[in-house]
Amino acid sequence: MSEAQAVAGSASGDEPMIQIEHLNKWYGSFHVLRDIDLTVARGERIVICGPSGSGKSTMIRCINHLEEHQQGSIAVNGIPMNHDIKRIEQIRRNVGMVFQHFNLFPHLTVLENCCLAQIWVQKKPRAEAEKTAMEYLERVQIANQARKYPGQLSGGQQQRVAIARALCMRPEVMLFDEPTSALDPEMIKEVLDVMIELAHEGMTMLCVTHEMGFAKTVADRVIFMDQGQIIEEAPPETFFNHPRSERTQLFLSQILGH
Amino acid sequence: MRESTFRTQMTEAREAPDQRRGISGWLRANLFNGPLNSVVSVVVIGLLAWILWPFLKWAVVDANFLGSTRADCTGSGACWVFISARFESIIYGFYPAAERWRVDIVFALMAVLVAWLAIPRLPKKRLVGLFTLIGFPIIAWFLLLGGHFGLPEVPTRAWGGLMLTLTVATVGIVGSLPLGVILALGRRSKMPFVKSVCVIFIEFWRGVPLITVLFMASVMLPLFVPGNVEFDKLLRALIGIMFFWSAYMAEVVRGGLQAIGKGQNEAGQALGLGYWQRMGLIILPQALKLVIPGIVNTFIALFKDTSLVLIIGLFDLLAIIRAGLTDSNWLGFSTEGYVFAALVFWIFCFSMSRYSQYIERRLNTSYRR
Repeated sequence: MSEAQAVAGSASGDEPMIQIEHLNKWYGSFHVLRDIDLTVARGERIVICGPSGSGKSTMIRCINHLEEHQQGSIAVNGIPMNHDIKRIEQIRRNVGMVFQHFNLFPHLTVLENCCLAQIWVQKKPRAEAEKTAMEYLERVQIANQARKYPGQLSGGQQQRVAIARALCMRPEVMLFDEPTSALDPEMIKEVLDVMIELAHEGMTMLCVTHEMGFAKTVADRVIFMDQGQIIEEAPPETFFNHPRSERTQLFLSQILGH
Repeated sequence: MRESTFRTQMTEAREAPDQRRGISGWLRANLFNGPLNSVVSVVVIGLLAWILWPFLKWAVVDANFLGSTRADCTGSGACWVFISARFESIIYGFYPAAERWRVDIVFALMAVLVAWLAIPRLPKKRLVGLFTLIGFPIIAWFLLLGGHFGLPEVPTRAWGGLMLTLTVATVGIVGSLPLGVILALGRRSKMPFVKSVCVIFIEFWRGVPLITVLFMASVMLPLFVPGNVEFDKLLRALIGIMFFWSAYMAEVVRGGLQAIGKGQNEAGQALGLGYWQRMGLIILPQALKLVIPGIVNTFIALFKDTSLVLIIGLFDLLAIIRAGLTDSNWLGFSTEGYVFAALVFWIFCFSMSRYSQYIERRLNTSYRR
């Protein structure tokens, strides 16, 4: 695809939000991702699950080039990924990410965390950035903590700030990398509620999570990965009630069985 | 079987008990909280008094402070007249007496700027900081060196004393920190060329004694450059000192960079921030804060080692005092000279140390849990 087409493509709405073809990745000699093919439509919500080490985090981290892949292609919003840092940063501006360990900036207040990239990447004036930040903090119901530092908040609150921080950039896709795995049980719900609300607003979402309740409520498709490959891919009812692969059945019995 | 129990009323939070104790309470708790500790305390206090008293007697009680010649040394203790009589040259070196107001202005300006930056309450930090880094060195350069705007030129070989010590220390400190940060970042770079240049630079300068660096700067460098190009000797020493300490600084800063989790960089990447933005806005503010003790440690070592410039014939504070010792009118006052030099160095180094502790406490409170 030429440069002109790449840019023109991003404007049209009918092509897939994310297109991954024959993605292969190795860590040294270890083959972490094997022939991944995945197409995500605009507004689609996808939950990715699988045992640890199955490559699910690595896969979504390839989408914003936090991990480099060796073979295959990735296109986000019609823009094909390559090794050009300008192109990568262009894609990253469209893709929000939420991490397992929040990764808030501890030396900045909640508000500053949300404004930083707006000011330096989107070149917005501070007042406008703060207005946007407060809007999103309001939406994740944490606006009253805006002047605090991340260290003064609970895990659940920090994760909600992290979601607001990503949303402030008005991304078209949100990637969630085990957003609730580091949280105390009491705090998981407040984060999931925010994610469910986001899903209902039509955000394109890819969530690596083991919250099967969340998958049943909002996912359009559930993807099961093992040993670096996509084993099964189905709508939640089919996935949970009639899993076809033995590997999936075993996994589901292990996480749902207790 | 035991009955189960349950709470019907929650306990309210209460004030912590008062733990202030007064002087006698402090003494009892810390020095005399048992027979053995009491004995140890008494012995240590006695020992301290036994060692310190003769020194105090020599330095203060039996000492002479006022006067102008050797004849004024009448007491049996120290004769500080040796210092006060040559105080001007200790401060200004051989700087011509008529031009010393220029040094005074630079000193005063520097004191004001440093105080402004050091006191958190004062506003416009960014503007003042920028002026200190760019405007002030230019002003200081024109004022101290002269040769423009009708000011007579004062060559650097006439510089000396505390003025020279402070010049070398300030240039060394202000130059080595940014250079060290760049080197530390370069050493962690993924680009092989940048990385190896930084590694070689750091390992070379860190592996050579400072004295060697100074000798090379003063003796060998002129051999390599064409004869008609003349580098100022002080300038050569300054560059050598800056490079030498920037290598140390780089390793201190690298320690801080390594302590910052990978997640911070990734969060910055995911938001679309570029490399320099991530470093400048996210990584370095956290890393530098972590290594303040190491940075100040390096500053202090640098400050003290400025006195090594005396071996290439620059007359810093210590060298000026040593030169005074050879004055035939003042033979035999080396103890006073060295004690005074030590005191001056100690005051500067101790101030840096205290200020860094204050800054650490202040930065900590901002995001303490």
